[in-house]
Amino acid sequence: MNAITRERSLVQIALYAAIIAAMGLMPKFELPFGVPITSQSMGIMLAGVMLGAWRGAAAVALFLLAVALGAPLLAGGRGGIGVFFGPSAGFLLCYPLSAFVAGLLMQGLRSRAVLPSAFLAAVVGGILVLYPFGIAGLSLLGGLSLADAAKACLIFIPGDTVKAVLVALIAQTVARGLPEALLSRA
Amino acid sequence: MISLYLAQRTWAHRLPAWLKLGALAILSLLVTPLDSLPVMMALLLAALVLYAALGREAVRQIALLRPLLPLLVILFAFHLWSGDARLGAVSVLRILGIVMIANAVTMTTRMDEMMDAIEPLLRPLALFGVAPRAVALMVAMMIRFVPLIFALWEALNEAYRARTGRRGGWRLLAPFCIQTLRLSNHVAEALAARGGAPRANRR
Repeated sequence: MNAITRERSLVQIALYAAIIAAMGLMPKFELPFGVPITSQSMGIMLAGVMLGAWRGAAAVALFLLAVALGAPLLAGGRGGIGVFFGPSAGFLLCYPLSAFVAGLLMQGLRSRAVLPSAFLAAVVGGILVLYPFGIAGLSLLGGLSLADAAKACLIFIPGDTVKAVLVALIAQTVARGLPEALLSRA
Repeated sequence: MISLYLAQRTWAHRLPAWLKLGALAILSLLVTPLDSLPVMMALLLAALVLYAALGREAVRQIALLRPLLPLLVILFAFHLWSGDARLGAVSVLRILGIVMIANAVTMTTRMDEMMDAIEPLLRPLALFGVAPRAVALMVAMMIRFVPLIFALWEALNEAYRARTGRRGGWRLLAPFCIQTLRLSNHVAEALAARGGAPRANRR
């Protein structure tokens, strides 16, 4: 690996970690029926889809590290070690794996069209992989049965599906405008 | 940004970070398997006493727990609905107590002290050629990038508004990704020109 490639990877990881943070600080918008969408989990999908497995997971892990160190960067301005003991700890701790799987799929489907593969990667990484861990975490920390915990999490799935669509649209636009920016396929 | 950290030094600031983190880890392992209501009430009481002992500024920080409240209300409602209000109270009290105590650690430990305390945990990363100091650099870079990203977004938004009279919203995401990539390439070049990021010694 030549020198500048290494620096470039490190900076891109830091940049995507910052994008995830910035998404958490943006005001949240609401779906019909009052289901809130925070953009933060979209940042997780985006990191995986755009950066690929390893760098995507590293970006998410770096973001969580900064939160654990005390930066109030989680949606709603939360931060500190406390968030890893809250009801959504299972989701948080699974975020790096989520981005990793999304990135892996994106790399594996590199010969396919960007839009459907990015959507698939975001759904598998950001929903199918994420929710079992999130539900298990809520069940463990909140003392709920798995079925109840699952019910409590289901209201977020429509929002997360919308986010996966947005991630796919972004990936496609970026792939058209500046193909080398889609690092998972570069 | 509202940081948890208390600028005004208290007795807890003087304790070493590893001690606070270690105590928190042990406490959380101890209370997680328990489901006795008196123990959880004692935990919350202990958290409140801790905040009181840290001073008025610390007590004011309790307001920062507000985003957690809807989640706890939903959690309690679920327990109530499945007919076990006691277990609901135990769960809510446990989460509230341990989150408050964990926040107290964050409130009284500077970010660089925290970084130093977890450095031993980052050492295995050297196997992948990542130096702990490079991680510290990346944390600093990331935090510097956040306001930069907002400025970039604002610039794109204003340009869009000038053209159309409407807010850009999600339409700006793609040009934004491209702009940020350009930014990161510039930073990488600047970093390489100054000798590059710290490397792990692989001797």
